[in-house]
Amino acid sequence: MDPGKRHIPLLIGLSIAAIVLLGKIFSLQVIDRYKEDADRNSTVYETIYPTRGVIYDRYGHILVGNKVAYDILVSPREVQAFDTVALATVLDVTPEFIRGKLKEYNRRRSAIGFQSVTMMRMVPAETYMRFDEVKYRFPGFKGQVRGMRDYPFNAGGNLLGYVSEVNQAYIDRHPGEYRSGDYAGMTGIEAAREKELRGEKGYHIYLRNSRNQIEQPYKGGAEDKEAIPGRDIVTTIDAELQQYGQELMQNKVGSIVAIEPATGEILALVSSPGIDVSQLADIGRHWEEISTNPYKPMYNRAVQASYPPGSVFKLVNGLIGLEEGVLRPEMTYPCHQGYHFGAGHKLGCHVHKSPLNMEESIMMSCNAYYCYVLKNIFDNRKYGNVAEGMDHWREMVMSFGFGRKLGSDFPAELSGSIPSSKTYNRAYGKGRWNSTTVISLSIGQGEILATPMHLANLCATIANRGYYYIPHIVKESDGVPLDQRFKERQYTMVDTTQFPKVIKGMWRAVNSGPGMGGTAWIAHVDSLDICGKTGTAQNPRGADNSVFICFAPMDNPRIAIAAYVENGGFGATYAAPMASLMAEKYITGSISRPALEKRMMEADLMARVKHD
Amino acid sequence: MIDSNSGRRSLRQTVDWWIIAVYLALVVIGWVNIYAATHTAEAGSMLDWGSRAGKQFVWILTSFGLAALILWVLPPQLWEGVAPVFYAFVLGLLVLVIFVSSDVKGSHSWFDLGPIRFQPAEISKITTSLLLSLVMSQQWFKMGRPRDFLIAAAIIGFPMLVIVAESETGSALVYAGFIFVLYREGLSGWLLSAIGLIILLFVGTLTAGAYTTILIMIGILVLSAALSEPSRLKNRLLAGGGFVLVMALFPTFLGWIGDLVQGEMDKLSMRPWVPRADETEDYFWGFVLRIKPLWVLIGLSVAAMPLLLWRAYKLKDRFLAFCCGVFIAGVVMVFSTDFVFQNVLQPHQRGRIEVLLGLKEDLAGIGYNVNQSKIAIGSGGLLGKGFLKGTQTTFGFVPEQSTDFIFCTVGEEWGFLGCLIVISLYVWLIARLIIDAERCRGKFTRIYGYCVAACIFMHLFINVGMTVGLMPVIGIPLPLLSYGGSSLWAFTILIFIFLALYRNEKKYF
Repeated sequence: MDPGKRHIPLLIGLSIAAIVLLGKIFSLQVIDRYKEDADRNSTVYETIYPTRGVIYDRYGHILVGNKVAYDILVSPREVQAFDTVALATVLDVTPEFIRGKLKEYNRRRSAIGFQSVTMMRMVPAETYMRFDEVKYRFPGFKGQVRGMRDYPFNAGGNLLGYVSEVNQAYIDRHPGEYRSGDYAGMTGIEAAREKELRGEKGYHIYLRNSRNQIEQPYKGGAEDKEAIPGRDIVTTIDAELQQYGQELMQNKVGSIVAIEPATGEILALVSSPGIDVSQLADIGRHWEEISTNPYKPMYNRAVQASYPPGSVFKLVNGLIGLEEGVLRPEMTYPCHQGYHFGAGHKLGCHVHKSPLNMEESIMMSCNAYYCYVLKNIFDNRKYGNVAEGMDHWREMVMSFGFGRKLGSDFPAELSGSIPSSKTYNRAYGKGRWNSTTVISLSIGQGEILATPMHLANLCATIANRGYYYIPHIVKESDGVPLDQRFKERQYTMVDTTQFPKVIKGMWRAVNSGPGMGGTAWIAHVDSLDICGKTGTAQNPRGADNSVFICFAPMDNPRIAIAAYVENGGFGATYAAPMASLMAEKYITGSISRPALEKRMMEADLMARVKHD
Repeated sequence: MIDSNSGRRSLRQTVDWWIIAVYLALVVIGWVNIYAATHTAEAGSMLDWGSRAGKQFVWILTSFGLAALILWVLPPQLWEGVAPVFYAFVLGLLVLVIFVSSDVKGSHSWFDLGPIRFQPAEISKITTSLLLSLVMSQQWFKMGRPRDFLIAAAIIGFPMLVIVAESETGSALVYAGFIFVLYREGLSGWLLSAIGLIILLFVGTLTAGAYTTILIMIGILVLSAALSEPSRLKNRLLAGGGFVLVMALFPTFLGWIGDLVQGEMDKLSMRPWVPRADETEDYFWGFVLRIKPLWVLIGLSVAAMPLLLWRAYKLKDRFLAFCCGVFIAGVVMVFSTDFVFQNVLQPHQRGRIEVLLGLKEDLAGIGYNVNQSKIAIGSGGLLGKGFLKGTQTTFGFVPEQSTDFIFCTVGEEWGFLGCLIVISLYVWLIARLIIDAERCRGKFTRIYGYCVAACIFMHLFINVGMTVGLMPVIGIPLPLLSYGGSSLWAFTILIFIFLALYRNEKKYF
């Protein structure tokens, strides 16, 4: 190109360069989000934490309250030389802890700048008082009030749940709701009612300069927001009963669930072993210990453990048999220490009267009787084949709440499982199994899995003669409405007229007196009219599980209970006495059988329980 | 406009008043923004001598004095004569300062004379411009001759090297702008394009990746090939543009297919009776996941290259052959960039380049300034927050706010409108310098004019580019706006020498 014309490309280049710059500026100023950042950059939000709502029991006792605790903060830039050992003594930590922390802050000093960082969390008031007296000796260190949970009753960590600082994963799961440093309920009621309990954070806004020093309140504090305290929650729990259940279950693995049949309100929800409330408030410090405990105290067995229900399930099969018309109460079947089928196969039973009718079969918990019942249900001519018979049976079983989540307001509920024809088609092949293949379903073994909550719900359903309310843990109170679903009766597919027939058998199981063959005579309490059904479920790892469901009194029942004790042996050995003690405690407020109570409380089955 | 019969002409007619007006506007804008940048809640007036704005006012007044001196008192012919002496003297100062200066943020470039500090690097731009103009305006000088080119390069290179030794990399980079002057005076345009392409490829490979860079290169070549022969414009644009478009969409398409396949395999592996994990390798469509778009692009190029070269040979199409050569060289460059960057550079060097190119966020370290400066500018919005209303400015988030980052204050308080005005003023100033330089008959004045334009352009582009995150953070002032006496003086002298020379030219027409 002729040099005389070269100013033209240069001028074009100049224009392009100017357009590039202006384009970038335009995108920064008009298109991008940098504007938002500027406000955040020069204002500092000082969070005001709300007090967390109190959790009450059904009678107004405080289950979970608040007490004052302190965080110890440090502004590393303001720290001067001090006596590390003296500070460590006052704060109840080792000097190495403090030296380590300060070393860490020194490493991060450019990031920390003039800010304060939390050196210790949840320091109890006594420790803080000691620190407060001498803190003038430790410039740069200061305390900050922070609410801490307080537990007047030992209601069990799994029921109440714990509160802890949110981690990044939790923040991500709840976009826009939490920031690092916030606390949230992680399990139990604390998690179920987190939205009400947490309240709303407030903030003071200050303007700051680039060295993070506060210059002045932003707009004179006009934009500040007060914290709104969390709402109180009234639960359906009976604190005394819950604590009593905890005491009964100590040193055993399993759970007790008690429900008020007329409302579906959960009166007690015990899972053992659990987290002791003394560790709950400051769970972070005990986390290692809790998470490495082989008995898994974090695992809420009441709603998460899927067990075979055992003989308790005979009630369901009996009811379905009655409804389907393949069983009449007066029908008798023989039992020669078991049910014999095929070539030399036998499903065993214990020694009792034979033949026997339905009421007696419940009272004495005959296995053979229910083999006949289940066979008749599955092989019912109404249905083309066993597969259809089974699927219809499954549908009816699920109408009791089995095999699915009940829809309780308690978190982390599991669904258990009820097998269908598909389950067996997969295992054996289509058409290559029949009702005797799956005969153990008759006695609640095999592929049936249910949680203690399911069993308690079954018990409440029978107590109500045919319907249940979805079990729930929170009572309606000011500002905390009860979801409509908890107010509706849930009917099963079995007609309400069938229920009194099995209730009679349950009454006889408990109230026939020793020697009459009733499996649960030990649960008898004078004038309480307890109706119950024992269960002894096979446990592939060691001794059988002890299972018992009962409700009392027979007419207008006030409580329905399921007790499940892992490796407890017969249903009558542990589960039945415990459940009856719970019923007695709830209805009469006292215990007429102190020796039995003592034996139950002192029993230690932990050695029997095999864990992974 | 130019009346050749009028003999000596008055000042009013011979001075480019546009340049003086823009100069005044920029100086005043600078002064106002320095006041805003250093303004605090309890600050005094703009004329408070203790404040930076007050001091700047003094610098401005003295600059006016300097300007008047150059324009009216000193004879314009003087500059040609003293150029070599001045150049040598300032070069000496540049070297001297390394040994006697105090350490200011790691650089040794300031003379500390009691109350006044000054940077010889600022003056060196003037002396280099003068000597370069002097040498290149000689009759014997031919840009095309390697010896002459080397002489010009040496004049630029010496002060540049010394300034690098002072650890003032930013100031040294400004000297690269003199290449535009060389271009104007006959340096091959190919060289300029080649340098531009190398920079583009290097930055492109590191930021956008090899695939995109090669694609952009193909796009550029297709476009220039199409434009070089207007007769084949349509066909070449269609074929080349179509190829670029298809290949640009190719990775997206591949990703889409990949997701589909991945989803299908996930579904399969969820079922226990179909092959799991390691067996999915054998899954028919699994190979799609292993296709790398870059290989496909390179494969196609390698396949097409002999074809194109053969065609170029047959048609005696030198441009096509040239394009192929550029392409091959470019691809080699792209891959060696990656290789050099990953394997030859030390980790800390890599880290620095990565932050410079914005590949890594480093908001606390090197990236802090840029991030704060972008926030400040971005917060201005379309119309700005208004004079003294900038929060970023007042609370000192942006470092060097009144000097190197003065543009932040403009952006925050005056918004896009303010930025547009300021940049337009600079563009008008530079364009005016180029236009005036072209009008000159004397080679010396013309080259000098280009030198001034190049210096201002480099300062503008690097400084503003730095504040908005387009350029790495290298501290050089924004001409006439930034706080600081030596910078303001230097640019005043630089510009007014040109005005004096230009006036001298016009006087006799």
